[in-house]
Amino acid sequence: MDIHEHQAKDVLKRFGMPVPAGGIAFTPEQAMHEARKLGYPVIVKAQVHAGGRGAAGGVKLCRSEAEVSAFALSLLGRNLVTKQTDASGKPVHRLLVEQATEIAREIYLGLVLDRKSERIMIVASREGGMEIEDLAEEKPDALLRMVIDPAMGLLPFQSRQLGFKLGLADDRVGQFATVLRACYRAFRDLDATMVEINPLVITGSGDLIALDAKMSFDTNALFRRPEVAALRDAGQEDPREDAAAEHGLNYVGLEGDIGCIINGAGLAMATMDMIQLAGGHPANFLDIGGGASPDRVVAAFRTVLTDPNVSVILVNIFAGINRCDWVAAGVVQAYRELNLSLPVVVRLAGTNVDEGRRIIDGSRLPLMSADTLAAAANTAVKARPTIAA
Amino acid sequence: MSILIHEDTRIIVQGMSGRIGRFHAEDMIRYGTQVVGGVTPGRGGETVLDRPIFNTVAEAVEAVGAQASLVFVPPPGAADAIMEAAEAGLRFAVCVTDGIPSQDMMKVKRFLRRFPAARKMRFIGPNCAGIISPGKGFMGIMPPHIYLPGRVGIVGRSGTLGYEAASQMKALGIGVSTSVGIGGDPINGSSFRDILELFENDPETDAVVMIGEIGGPQEAEAAAYARDHMSKPVVAYIAGLSAPKGRKMGHAGAIISAFGESAQEKVEILSAAGITVAATPSAMGETIARVLRVGQPA
Repeated sequence: MDIHEHQAKDVLKRFGMPVPAGGIAFTPEQAMHEARKLGYPVIVKAQVHAGGRGAAGGVKLCRSEAEVSAFALSLLGRNLVTKQTDASGKPVHRLLVEQATEIAREIYLGLVLDRKSERIMIVASREGGMEIEDLAEEKPDALLRMVIDPAMGLLPFQSRQLGFKLGLADDRVGQFATVLRACYRAFRDLDATMVEINPLVITGSGDLIALDAKMSFDTNALFRRPEVAALRDAGQEDPREDAAAEHGLNYVGLEGDIGCIINGAGLAMATMDMIQLAGGHPANFLDIGGGASPDRVVAAFRTVLTDPNVSVILVNIFAGINRCDWVAAGVVQAYRELNLSLPVVVRLAGTNVDEGRRIIDGSRLPLMSADTLAAAANTAVKARPTIAA
Repeated sequence: MSILIHEDTRIIVQGMSGRIGRFHAEDMIRYGTQVVGGVTPGRGGETVLDRPIFNTVAEAVEAVGAQASLVFVPPPGAADAIMEAAEAGLRFAVCVTDGIPSQDMMKVKRFLRRFPAARKMRFIGPNCAGIISPGKGFMGIMPPHIYLPGRVGIVGRSGTLGYEAASQMKALGIGVSTSVGIGGDPINGSSFRDILELFENDPETDAVVMIGEIGGPQEAEAAAYARDHMSKPVVAYIAGLSAPKGRKMGHAGAIISAFGESAQEKVEILSAAGITVAATPSAMGETIARVLRVGQPA
């Protein structure tokens, strides 16, 4: 789960991170009020769950009330499209108004859950301000990495080591240790999966300050982190994915036209691959999970059909913990309840497959059955309506 | 032999009193698996499926000689249940539970490393379908009838994609020595490499089918192991060719977040290590059939 920059800064500040003075605004009036409190110039930053805001026109240095007002008006209520969003972008409903910071140097600092060492890893670079992916590709040698033993936690000498490697002045290494400790403790105590300070700035007077901050959290741990769960902004997420999750479905919208209803993440990915190899394009990833009732299958059809690009639906179920007869009953129910007219291809295997096939065949609905994964994908790709020449 | 579970492995189910635990324990018993009891704190002394329930794993070890555990405990208590099994002296545990926090798994991994090799617990999962040695027994949630007993090992992250491989093989008359689901979480108990090593050392396994997916470093690590240490052929498939970067595909671990984690990159790494990669998920069966034919005398 992602949170906004201003929320990440609030969280990190509680752990001792120096951040610029600032306030949050939901209206142009609030933005002007915050700016007046801080004194000009101020930085006004659109709050969306995506990077690349600066290049997309979501961040501006404002020197007057008129500038703040005009910029806030131009952003609030609109969608911001950055290179990290899709073509429709993310809605801007809040702005962070901050005191402008004089920048002498920019550093990159990130903490991630490293899957190789199975520990928290600190990644840092003298080259701040760049995206980490670009850094990793263009200047891999400039990336400093350090793994933290969870039993010992972050040790002071490790912070010093990293601080000196980053070329910080001797009298700033202690301040860097404070910054790093704030990141590490917030990560550990709140079940984060990522903390990124990019850039960590050295100001004109030599102080360290977090100019930007990003945090992501482990959704599996939200049950014990209510204070983190409360930071969620559903407006930044795909409403279809949220609606699907309420029915126990795992849905990810994609660009193609073949709607997929599958059980298991691996089989879902493999089916999407098979569609692509057969010359088609999947409209979505959808895992119905285990023990799916007929009603959950109907909910899956509804979810897939919220995408107007869908022209065929492919149901591929290899039942273990699921039951083919329940899934088949759900397919038949969905076809009737939703008055479907588009082609539906059904492949069933595993638990109660014979009962499932009997339900499909006995329904007398124009459902297309397939025995294998390959046949299912090929049938779905061929079933797409062709545009008359 | 098979790996990890045999006809005489004495198994307990942690969470057997619950609806899901009971349902799958019943399936396991019907298949002939030696389920000797269950553990549910506070329910000790009760009986479920004619098997005794204990308050602690240590009591189950003492009373019925439990050797392995299948963990169905819900996410908040799952990591604790796994560590309890290790401390009680079990040599093997499988956890099916989906939704365990990553930092809990970090803790479990550290806890398991504390034990000397002679009494270390091997751990599979979490968020996996489990493990089956066809004809002998299983620990998990898979439909056991789709597996033909035989001499090919299967190891994969995904449960259902493992079923797909087993059924393609069965259709071609190819049987399975053991099938292991290592689970879809970013931090898991046993890696692809760990399971490949067990198959390499199992005299009743002739070849291995490895089913990977996008995200994480474990397929690349397994490729290096197969290249340097394996005499048996490995056939692989990597799911997620069509997955966009940065989007999580169902499994918490199935996300392309670093260099070398996309399906294409993993296919290249595996191929370079001499592993035969099936071009499509529907070709897993025929690919292993072809590799087995090459290995046999004319």
